[in-house]
Amino acid sequence: MNLILIVVGAVLINNFVLVKFLGICPFLGVSKKVETAIGMGAAVIFVMTLASAITYVVQYAILEKFDIAYLQTIAFILVIAALVQFVELVIKKISPSLYQALGVYLPLITTNCAVLGAAILNIQNEYNFIESIVFGAAAAVGFTLAIVLFAAIRERMEYSPIPKALQGFPIALITASLMSIAFMGFSGMI
Amino acid sequence: MFENIVSPVLWLGGMGLVFGGLLAYAAKKFEVAQDPKVEQVRAALPGANCGACGYAGCDDMAAAVARGEVKANVCPSMSLERLAVVSDILGTDAGNIDRQKAVIMCGGVGEKSKRKFKYQGVKDCREAMVAMQGDKVCEFGCMGYGTCKKACVFDAIHIDHETGRVYVDESQCTGCGACEKVCPKKIIKRVPINSRVHVFCKTNRKGKEAREVCTAACIGCGLCAKECKFDAITMVDNLAVIDFEKCVNCGACVKKCPTGAIHKD
Repeated sequence: MNLILIVVGAVLINNFVLVKFLGICPFLGVSKKVETAIGMGAAVIFVMTLASAITYVVQYAILEKFDIAYLQTIAFILVIAALVQFVELVIKKISPSLYQALGVYLPLITTNCAVLGAAILNIQNEYNFIESIVFGAAAAVGFTLAIVLFAAIRERMEYSPIPKALQGFPIALITASLMSIAFMGFSGMI
Repeated sequence: MFENIVSPVLWLGGMGLVFGGLLAYAAKKFEVAQDPKVEQVRAALPGANCGACGYAGCDDMAAAVARGEVKANVCPSMSLERLAVVSDILGTDAGNIDRQKAVIMCGGVGEKSKRKFKYQGVKDCREAMVAMQGDKVCEFGCMGYGTCKKACVFDAIHIDHETGRVYVDESQCTGCGACEKVCPKKIIKRVPINSRVHVFCKTNRKGKEAREVCTAACIGCGLCAKECKFDAITMVDNLAVIDFEKCVNCGACVKKCPTGAIHKD
């Protein structure tokens, strides 16, 4: 039951992009086409799940044990950056087609604050190992949901008569804020 | 005290070392054989990532060239030496290239050309255009706020602070055309690299009008066209236009031009 609550909470109620405002950079940058948005989302799901597991181990096996928990941020960044690089190398070898699809987005995730955010929230919420992984994956699914919806709207907007002053990024930002307001409707569900 | 410093340094450094080692190992273990030509071609490209070739940067273009999709001469910034290197790497002809350079076609600097008002906004030509189409009376006049200079990744455009003239350093210019795209007045043109004589004016105004606006304007008198022995100059809409195929850079027209709109550098 607890796990289900975590999933629903991370995907809808505390959506990383639209409610917590984490990972806005790729959300705006890679959302012009649904296809690329799905690619980015898949890469984030992959990395965030793995990062949640590894940062959990790093936190409790190294940082807490040796009283250096204040190094959490830099240690997690180190872990995430190395992890993304490693994942990129492995995917390149194992599945060139997946690499073609995700390749461009993987390096972007290195600096995606949503990944770091998930890792730190896991610790703050005092989740156990399983809960951490579920939370990481669910948060990434929430990110994917938001970016894919947003990309679909932006695709539609390409052909809409938008006032010249609002074309491009301005209307994208307005759309994002409207989506954010819409997602506020989920608050109080649990 | 000692403990407080050494322990985190060791742990963080250790983690960095372990991850670094793992990555190094993984890089070897999961190495994918890449066409070595891609890297060699990439090294022979200018590396400015200007995008003038139509690919997303030099890496992308190098991959396309190595695959044989395009010839290396799609890059306008290639020199003949660089092309020869690419030809050597691929064993095929990399194609020839007409090297170009950008020229700012306006001679109306400083007092020569009138200004409508004193512009005090952001120092950017595109911004200045918002205010009544720029502060120059002449719609083809270089305003000199250096938008092209900012767009140039090769540091080839300079502003002479004494006269306010914006000019292109020929030795640095690769002819990528980035400046041409950003100039709101559309007065930057790319010309063959060895052309020497240019009409530094784009105005279509008639003689008297043009003269009133700018003392360095082409007044469309046609003296240069008559003087030219090679028929390289034609008059189009009150403006002298040089055909670079025919021009031999003799400079006879320069001496005839009453306003000095044509000059040779």
